Amino acid sequence: MADLTNGIVSRSTGTDLVKRGLADMLKGGVIMDVVDPAQAKIAEDAGAVAVMALERVPSDIRRDGGVARMSDPEMIQGIQEVVSIPVMAKARIGHIAEAQILQALQVDYIDESEVLTPADEAHHIDKWAFDVPFVCGATNLGEALRRISEGACLIRSKGEAGTGNVVEAVRHLRSILGDIRKITTADQAELFDWAKRLQAPLPLVQEIAETGTLPVPMFCAGGIATPADASLVMQLGAQAVFVGSGIFKSSDPSHMAKAIVEATANYLDPDILVKVSRGLGDAMPGLEIGSLETKLSERGW
Amino acid sequence: MALPRIGVLALQGAVDLHVHALERLGVETVEVRRAEHLALVDGLVLPGGESSTISKLLVINELFDPLAERLAAGMPAFGTCAGMIMLSSEILDGREDQLSFSAIDISVRRNAFGRQIDSFETDLEVIGLAEAPVHAVFIRAPVVERVGPGVEILAAVDEGRPVACRQGQVLVTSFHPELSPDLRLHELFIKGMAA
Repeated sequence: MADLTNGIVSRSTGTDLVKRGLADMLKGGVIMDVVDPAQAKIAEDAGAVAVMALERVPSDIRRDGGVARMSDPEMIQGIQEVVSIPVMAKARIGHIAEAQILQALQVDYIDESEVLTPADEAHHIDKWAFDVPFVCGATNLGEALRRISEGACLIRSKGEAGTGNVVEAVRHLRSILGDIRKITTADQAELFDWAKRLQAPLPLVQEIAETGTLPVPMFCAGGIATPADASLVMQLGAQAVFVGSGIFKSSDPSHMAKAIVEATANYLDPDILVKVSRGLGDAMPGLEIGSLETKLSERGW
Repeated sequence: MALPRIGVLALQGAVDLHVHALERLGVETVEVRRAEHLALVDGLVLPGGESSTISKLLVINELFDPLAERLAAGMPAFGTCAGMIMLSSEILDGREDQLSFSAIDISVRRNAFGRQIDSFETDLEVIGLAEAPVHAVFIRAPVVERVGPGVEILAAVDEGRPVACRQGQVLVTSFHPELSPDLRLHELFIKGMAA
C-alpha cells in the first residue's frame, strides 16, 4: 500500500472546482427552507437534497416586516445535528460578518440573499475570500454574471419569494436563459455591446458565447408552490429548485415536500405529475405580484 | 467490437457531466429513469448526488428491484461518490431507510471527510493508470472502510483509506472523475466491459 499513500501533501480545499462541484451534485433536486430541526427532518425524510436554514420563511418575513437577519447559530447547529444532507444558510447582502459566522459554523453553502434585509446598498460580499461556496439570486443575466464575477458558485433565479406565485420565477428564468441563447448567436463585435448592456465582465460574456451556458449551475427559487410549478421551471431550464414557503405553508408539508421531490426528478413525465399532484391538500395561499408592498427581487445590485 | 451503450442513472445528481464525459468518448448514452430504460443499456453509471435522495427516488420510480436484478446478473456498473454508496454492500452513517445494491463487497462511510469546507482536490495514483496521476475532486466524499475478498483497491488517501475499488465489472470511486476533463476512469470502466 506504500504507493497508495499520496494525496496528503498536495490536498487543496476551497477551490473553485470543489465549490462549484457541490452545486453540480444538487442538480435535479429540491432544496427546502426550514426554520427548525423538526422541519429539517421532515425535509430530509421527503428526499430533499439540502436544507436552507432560516429564521422565518419568506412569507412570514413578508407578513411580519422589520429587519430580517441571519439565523441564530444555535438553530443552525441544531439542524446540522439532525440531518446528513447539506445545510445552507442565508446571510444579508453585503454582510461580510454574517458570512464569516456561517463559514465558521461550517454550513455547506451560504446564500447571500435578498430575502433578508440588505446590509449594504452598493456592494455584495467578496465571495472569493471564502472557502465555503456561495449561491446568489439573479433576475437577469447581467446580475447573474456580476454575482459570478464576485465569486458566486451557484446562481438561482430570484422569483418573488414568499408569494406562492411562480410568475416572477418564470420571468427571471426566461430572461437569463433567453439572453444566453441570443449571445450564442452574436458575433464578436456584438459581444462587446452585450457586456456593456448587461454591465457584466466581457470575459464571462465571451465564455457564454462559446459554451452556451453559465459557468456555474443555475437553479430556480421564489414562488414555487406545487409539483407542477417545479416541473414548469425545470422544463424552462432550471437545474434544481429551491422551495421556501411552498412546503411548510401548505396544509400537509410532508406530503407536499415528497410530491415536489418526485415532480422535480420526473419533470418531463406527465403521468407521474398527475399521480403526485393528486390529493395534496391546500398549497400555500398565493399573492398577486401587483399587490405587493415590497418586491424582494429588487434588492441586489 | 462495437462500443457498449451505457445508461446514466438520471434520478438526481451530476447526470449531465457523466453523459458529457461518455459522449466525449464516443459512447452512446441513455438516461435511465424508469425500468424500461434499463433494458436498453449494457452497463450503468451511477452519478454523484445525494445518496439518500437517490435511494428514495429508486423506490418511488419502481427502479430499485429491476436494477438490483440486473446488477445481480452481472451488469457492469460505475459509481462515483453517491453512486459508490449505492453500489456498496454496507452504508455507515447513512439514513436508516437508505438502500444499497451490494454489487461490490465494500463498507462505505458517508461524508467521511467532513462537511463541504473539508471538500478537496488532489492528485492521486490510480493502479492501472500509470502514465500520470488522476486529478481527483472529493466533495463531502465517502470513504471505503472495509473491502471484502475479491475487491481490488485501485487508489487510497491518508495512508491507506481506499477511494477507488473494483470487483469484477463494478468500479467505484469516492471522488468525481466527471468533474475533471481526464476521462481515463470512464475509459477504464468501458475497457473493463469489453474484457
